[in-house]
Amino acid sequence: MPRTVTDIGPDELPERAADLLVDGHRLALVAAHHDGPSAPGGPAVRVVYLFASGPPDTRTELHVRLDPKAPELPTLAHLSFPAGRFEREMRDLHGIVPLDHPLPHRLVRHFHWPRGWYPMHPDAGPPPPFAEQEGPYPFLEVEGEGVYEIPVGPVHAGLIEPGHFRFSVVGETIIKLKARLWFVHKGIEKLMEGRTPDRGLPLAERVSGDTAVGHALAYCLAVEEATGTRVPEDARRARALLLELERLHNHVADLGALCNDVGHGILNARAQHVREQLLRLNQEVTGHRLLRGAVVPGGAALCSVPGTARMRVLGREIGDLVTLALGHTTVRDRFTGTARLDVAAARDLGCLGYVARASGLSADARTRHPFHDYGPALTVPVHTTGDVLARFLVRAEEIDSSLALVEELNERLITGRWVANLAPGRPGATAAGTGIVEGWRGTITTRVELRGRDHTLTRVKTADPSFFNWPALPVALADTIVPDFPLTNKSFNLSYAGNDL
Amino acid sequence: MKAIGTAAVTAQVVLVVAGAPLLAGTMRQVRARMEGRAGPGVVQPWRDLRKLLRKEAITPIGTGPAFRVAPLLLVATTAVVAALVPLASTVTPVSGSADLILVVALLALGTVALALAGLDTGTAFGGMGASREMTVAALVEPTILLAVFALSIPTGSTNLSAIVSGGIHDPVRLASPAGLLATAALAVAVLAETGRLPVDNPSTHLELTMVHEAMVLEYAGPDLALVELGAQMRLAVLLGLLASLSAPWGIATTASPAALALALVLLTAKVALLGSALAAAEVFWAKLRLFRVPELLAGSFLLALLAVTASYFLTGE
Repeated sequence: MPRTVTDIGPDELPERAADLLVDGHRLALVAAHHDGPSAPGGPAVRVVYLFASGPPDTRTELHVRLDPKAPELPTLAHLSFPAGRFEREMRDLHGIVPLDHPLPHRLVRHFHWPRGWYPMHPDAGPPPPFAEQEGPYPFLEVEGEGVYEIPVGPVHAGLIEPGHFRFSVVGETIIKLKARLWFVHKGIEKLMEGRTPDRGLPLAERVSGDTAVGHALAYCLAVEEATGTRVPEDARRARALLLELERLHNHVADLGALCNDVGHGILNARAQHVREQLLRLNQEVTGHRLLRGAVVPGGAALCSVPGTARMRVLGREIGDLVTLALGHTTVRDRFTGTARLDVAAARDLGCLGYVARASGLSADARTRHPFHDYGPALTVPVHTTGDVLARFLVRAEEIDSSLALVEELNERLITGRWVANLAPGRPGATAAGTGIVEGWRGTITTRVELRGRDHTLTRVKTADPSFFNWPALPVALADTIVPDFPLTNKSFNLSYAGNDL
Repeated sequence: MKAIGTAAVTAQVVLVVAGAPLLAGTMRQVRARMEGRAGPGVVQPWRDLRKLLRKEAITPIGTGPAFRVAPLLLVATTAVVAALVPLASTVTPVSGSADLILVVALLALGTVALALAGLDTGTAFGGMGASREMTVAALVEPTILLAVFALSIPTGSTNLSAIVSGGIHDPVRLASPAGLLATAALAVAVLAETGRLPVDNPSTHLELTMVHEAMVLEYAGPDLALVELGAQMRLAVLLGLLASLSAPWGIATTASPAALALALVLLTAKVALLGSALAAAEVFWAKLRLFRVPELLAGSFLLALLAVTASYFLTGE
């Protein structure tokens, strides 16, 4: 996978970025680095913009070096919505100021972090005690006859992650929704620093608990590129299998949960039954129900191979479930036309995964940035209506596609452990690598930088698809009624943990 | 004679209060078994009530009398309805007051009390739940009135005891078009009034989709126990009323202890059967979109209206 790196000055940035975006690239990730005096270019704040497109798999990096005393950047928010979000994230974590940003509010910054403290700054030190909050941060008030506000969360009635939602409502219709997330900053990027690749892996697996394979694989691909490691063919095939197994158990759980949210509990009970069987299968295949520990830097390991007959039985059960759900008039009525996300909005916001594919965008890293040749068994389902039904159908069809892939991969898979050792690096030399993987939720991008003989991680930056998809939720919900919010939220099923590292 | 009547009223109220949580437990158990779960057992609602009753009473800051009185009012009105309605016997000291309009008004009083309590909390959820509950109630109360009214035309009285004993003595009436239409309309209205699927989902944890539960989110401890008991009693009473109106056989029309005992056993069986059937049906239903609920209720109102019309024309008066 060719990765071109260009060093440019801050002034050139908007023009170069615009060229790449017009050329069909998408902004996959922005990572800031605090280079010390020992770095090749001397002390600086270095911001890396990773643009990706495919097929053919193309990755282009723009490196911008800034004054470490007063790091300032021209904003790209007017060119790309995700860029504007990455800039806000950088300002909150690193103290890099995006000039002329159209929405200069805090994003990641926790309510109680002391003023002027940036957790990713090299001088940040250990987390300080919570201090006075940084000024008021009021919600935009919608005014007018009969408008009222419903605040929900961050603690919810169910066992779900924390997020605060503020609805401005007339009657039951949502006029505006503001989601305030960012209650779960764990400092994963900071914790990664100074670890060896092997010790970084458990952290990568835990970026978002339901995406152990997706995040571990993106991390491993990045480490392997940085160390120049060639992964054995068998390991690549095993990784492809694991990725699909993860997609299967998550999508099945979502199909059931969507039925449950419209009060059709029996299909949820059946879906959870199928999911449990899939989790037990995961346990047999990898030794862990959520597939942890199977993907490692340099390779992969399988304790057993899922039997084709067994997968077919599960596939039939899932098929029945989908038929029953779609054949139920009330369920279908609740799904149809609910919370539409049109294709223009999805494209502008940079949506990924099934959310994008339900709105007519065919983005899939398995075709754009393949780490394994899937052959003709890979199909990417796309729907265009952008409603809850489309997101349900895309999941159902992706399950079929995953089952077909698993069946195809099964034929040439054997039990075993195939791991290429990472070649020792040159002392003092730095290297970088990127990993792009289609996790079950969407495209995960991870970029690592390492240094020295034992490849000590100096910086790991991960962009979960939830980071791109969260802003789409309020857009889809405009003019939807309040009681349909939980259903819509479940149809997006975004990660809070992966969004807020 | 008088003593038996009083005993009948007492037995009805005691059976409703003691049996309502068991009815809820049975329905949950039926649902659990049909979904392939073990279920917590039939007496779980009673265990929950015991737990809640032992807790300390807490009221949110800023709430007034409306919030504190509502649970008591809900339980009290339902208990009065349980005493009035001819569930087990048509000859009781209060059967002269068992007027249909009074019964519907008492049920509405309980609903309004809870809605006011929801508004009294001043939270978004209380207001939202109250607004939804009132929307549903405004559509349900006329349907109940009209449906029972259709049943009252052959009897020529709005007295429930008279209607029920009329049904016992002249069973053809029940199978008449008017009787069947009225029963169907009443059944839908009961579903909506008690917050069952497809109108409301009693087992949801999603606060934004709730109707009844959103209104009572701020209750805790003994107050919550009363609210839960009240809701369960309403379900029991309304199912009992539905059973009395559509299948009145076995209800005591004379003041004999044996007839009363048989009536109580049959009442338990009928309500348990109706509840189980409802729970089984709910497994296959999904919750309607909120804005489709009025369509459903308008449909049931139409059935009730047809029942009245049919009753008027077919009795030829």
